[in-house]
Amino acid sequence: MNYFITQTINGLSLGSIYALIALGYTMVYGIVQLINFAHGDIIMVGAYVSFFTIPTLQSMGLPLWLCIIPALIICTLLGVVIERLAYRPLRESPRIANLITAIGVSLLLQNLAMKFIGTESKQIGVIFSKQETAIGISPNTIIIIVTTIILTLLLQAFMKRTRTGKSLVAVSEDYVASKLCGINVDHAISITFAIGSALAAVAALFYISTYQQINPTMGSLPGIKAFIAAVLGGIGSIPGAVIGGLILGICEIFTRAYISSQLADAVVFGILIIVLIFKPAGLFGKNVKEKV
Amino acid sequence: MAMLEVNDLNVYYGNIHALKGISLAVNEGEIVSLIGANGAGKTTTLQTISGIIRAKSGNIIFDGKDITKERAHNMCRYGIAQVPEGRRVFSNLTVSDNIRLGAYTIRDTVEAKKADRKKFFDRFPRMRERKRQLAGTLSGGEQQMLAMGRAIMSRPRLLILDEPSMGLSPIFVQEIFDTILRLNKEGVTILLVEQNARMALRISDRAYVIETGYIKMSGTAKELANNEEVKRAYLGA
Repeated sequence: MNYFITQTINGLSLGSIYALIALGYTMVYGIVQLINFAHGDIIMVGAYVSFFTIPTLQSMGLPLWLCIIPALIICTLLGVVIERLAYRPLRESPRIANLITAIGVSLLLQNLAMKFIGTESKQIGVIFSKQETAIGISPNTIIIIVTTIILTLLLQAFMKRTRTGKSLVAVSEDYVASKLCGINVDHAISITFAIGSALAAVAALFYISTYQQINPTMGSLPGIKAFIAAVLGGIGSIPGAVIGGLILGICEIFTRAYISSQLADAVVFGILIIVLIFKPAGLFGKNVKEKV
Repeated sequence: MAMLEVNDLNVYYGNIHALKGISLAVNEGEIVSLIGANGAGKTTTLQTISGIIRAKSGNIIFDGKDITKERAHNMCRYGIAQVPEGRRVFSNLTVSDNIRLGAYTIRDTVEAKKADRKKFFDRFPRMRERKRQLAGTLSGGEQQMLAMGRAIMSRPRLLILDEPSMGLSPIFVQEIFDTILRLNKEGVTILLVEQNARMALRISDRAYVIETGYIKMSGTAKELANNEEVKRAYLGA
């Protein structure tokens, strides 16, 4: 198949992973105005949970992608617990305190993994086949793109159509008015962290099925790139996070394919700088209204 | 026994003693207003009653139950609703969604909830045309109607209104006060904070004058409206 189209699809696939992670950044930012730097490390945790579950699945003759179930459960719980223990006590503090705490939680997770699991990279077997099919795209790529589309649509429907989803939008706009409507703001924030972390678990599955290699700091770079995707799309915006992720994935793959693989990250961070200079609110960003 | 009883409320913002022993009562069926200058503590009083701000000492009794320590999001369930100062509608949600969120705590049949929404749109017909519009695109007066409608959707017995006429054109001010009177006739007890003391005293049964954190005066609306000091300080006479 045409090299250009193949690369575009690869870009969409990588971009989908960024999009899933960026959704977590953007939703959490929307509701607590916190850049949750520990979000990338949730992916690492999801990857290790998968890594440790896969042998059992193998011995039982089950498909390996079922490792997503324990990963989902543990990542979701971890996200909620981190908010409860690390961020909630600081909710009334200046935002910088939360930001520093987030960086601290990120380092804590990485170092715990290094201490108890080891610093060396571990290999993971084939989860979804990466052999090209007759149409020139691998099942892995198709599964990633299609799942991401489905999850994004489900998330949009949840936010727009359900009572809980609307309450999350309300809380992200105004805590006081939400409380006066009878919405428990603490619950809303927990739900947001749960959703973001669950999506990170899915991203972890796709990340390991694509790269088949994990280590304790693996979450940092995709985490930061997904953060850039969220900023590019307009932090706080759900469609923005997805579009931002896809654009970033395509840019990265195209740089690798047509310019140089060493430059790929430089281009990605270059995009961040350009966005911050020319359109700091991002593609779908709203004019930020400072909360009273 | 009064429906709402506030006893010796003390509230601090850091070192600032904002409420210095506020006591007041609201009887079922009344319209009671708090009047006073900017920064006197009117909004603080309301926010403490609705649980947004914590009191250092004193208590708040509603229907004989002590609700001093109750969290803000549970107040709807007691039958207390508050329209906050500055309206604070959810500007990124539609008018219809704002109204639905007002009924967030209502557990009832789909039909009954629908009937509540119909009642709101009957009360404010201009809102019906704007049902699908984002609340942020409404005019100030319309947002005030929406904020009131949202509060009423929780079927309150006590409706607390914080500066409902602020920044509105005279026509809207009249409409807002008419609505308050109508709601009161329908059986909702009203606690009102207003800078427009003249209007507030006109529709109220009783009123309290707050000055720098304490109750300076109280009485029937008529008494206060004729009081020389009130006239001079708040009615611009």
